Amino acid sequence: MTTEKRLISLSVNGELQAKIVEPRMSLADFLRIELELTGTHVGCESGVCGACTVNINGQTARACTILAVQVEGDEVTTIEGASESGEFRDLQDAFHARNALQCGFCTPGMLMMSAELLTQNSKPCRQEIREYLSGNYCRCTGYEAIVDAVETVAQTRNARVGEQDD
Amino acid sequence: MKPAPFDYVKPASLEEALELRRRHGAESAILAGGQSLVPDFNQRLRSTETVIDINGLSALSSIEESQDMISLGAISRYREIETSALVAEHAPLLKMAIPEIGSPAIRNRGTIGGSVSMADPGAELPACLCALGANFELARAGSKRMIAAQNFFTGRYETALDNDEILTRIDVPKNRVGFRSAFHEIARRKTGYAMCGVAAHGKVTHQSVQNLKMVFFGTDDTPMLAVNTISVIEGCAINDVPPAELDAALSEDLHPSDDTHGSAKLRMHYAKVLTRRVLAQFVSAHGEE
Ligand SMILES: Cc1cc2nc3c(=O)[nH]c(=O)nc-3n(C[C@H](O)[C@H](O)[C@H](O)COP(=O)(O)OP(=O)(O)OC[C@H]3O[C@@H](n4cnc5c(N)ncnc54)[C@H](O)[C@@H]3O)c2cc1C
Ligand code: FES
Ligand code: FES
Repeated sequence: MTTEKRLISLSVNGELQAKIVEPRMSLADFLRIELELTGTHVGCESGVCGACTVNINGQTARACTILAVQVEGDEVTTIEGASESGEFRDLQDAFHARNALQCGFCTPGMLMMSAELLTQNSKPCRQEIREYLSGNYCRCTGYEAIVDAVETVAQTRNARVGEQDD
Repeated sequence: MKPAPFDYVKPASLEEALELRRRHGAESAILAGGQSLVPDFNQRLRSTETVIDINGLSALSSIEESQDMISLGAISRYREIETSALVAEHAPLLKMAIPEIGSPAIRNRGTIGGSVSMADPGAELPACLCALGANFELARAGSKRMIAAQNFFTGRYETALDNDEILTRIDVPKNRVGFRSAFHEIARRKTGYAMCGVAAHGKVTHQSVQNLKMVFFGTDDTPMLAVNTISVIEGCAINDVPPAELDAALSEDLHPSDDTHGSAKLRMHYAKVLTRRVLAQFVSAHGEE
């Protein structure tokens, strides 16, 4: 069967990209293969594990469940872009300090989800953190350290806001 | 790349989408949120010749209010429904159920139309829409029809949708005075499909529950209206529903089977537990007034 390749253009980490792709190529494969942004990890390719989580137009999404042709005109941020901009440096530092990563396979997805949680809910309790991250699998840490790290960042950010208010 | 090859079209209008559907029929697949379809492609559980992406159809994305209903466009996202003030006010059952669906990242993309078209036996919204007496609008080139939620689900992953149709809108009657909703489920993890769940909606007074719709999911092939259980509950004082009768009625209403997630016996046990939670919630909700 022949399928027509398509030209897509979109912004990835603030840079305009234009590429010709097959309709069946997922956004995860597009990022990893076409753009060599391999920080977006691919585990289950069925939306279950969360390793491929990226941000599209300000919302998290599973890059394995989206076709590259669907994100035409969209703004995609991957872990590389978010790291470079320093937008959640504090989360990355807290994961490091608390040993919230071992092999690091789940970490990009965990960070993308944690960052979104903290923009929606600046004071999440541990249960809320667990629920928000419950669709992201980690096979190493047992999750406790990840929850600790996110909780620490929430507290630190709130303390900082508190100081500014004083 | 895992999926088998396909063509991709993104129509700009519903008319165009329906024409594509008429032309490609069984050889086409509608792409809404893609949260079930794309994983199925990746695992080669499914393949198609033409993917028709309906995400460009703004006519299908609104949540609107009329005199006695709210109308949800088929591509309303879970997240939009969860945060909609109209839904919170007039169809709180939907708002209760959505946090139990998938991960927040899934809820940013997945749609109500996709959920009901998929008709997963463990899915939350099909049961809620049956409990609320919702109606679905199905369109094909040149005509439209309405179908009651209860008649739409015909089997495990099977619905009344024909190959040349698109589900366009879901009408939910507004909550009436004195009516209460309750939603409970048990799943292996917060983000997973339910092993057993229940959506309930009825008129609650301090003595009894009337006009009750109690719909279970995860137990049968389709959302299951528990008719015997409902008549036991409606026939008693709300504080005094005899447990043995309740359990016997549930055993008649539900037909769970064994699978890798749990035994039929376990699911039936969950149904009994959840029914008690619904009743307790109705009692305490009434006490608040
Ligand atoms: C990890 C994970 C966990 C999940 N957990 C849950 C859960 O707990 N509960 C739950 O309910 N769901 C769950 N889901 C599924 C999710 O809710 C899907 O979003 C939903 O089943 C399908 O909606 P969609 O908009 O993504 O549809 P799509 O995946 O785009 O489509 C699904 C099917 O419906 C058809 N279709 C879609 N829209 C229309 C339409 N308007 N007219 C005609 N046909 C149409 C498609 O052709 C396809 O066959 C989960 C998914 C994942 C990946
Ligand atoms: S690889 Fe996308 S969710 Fe697992
Ligand atoms: S650190 Fe290895 S999977 Fe999470």
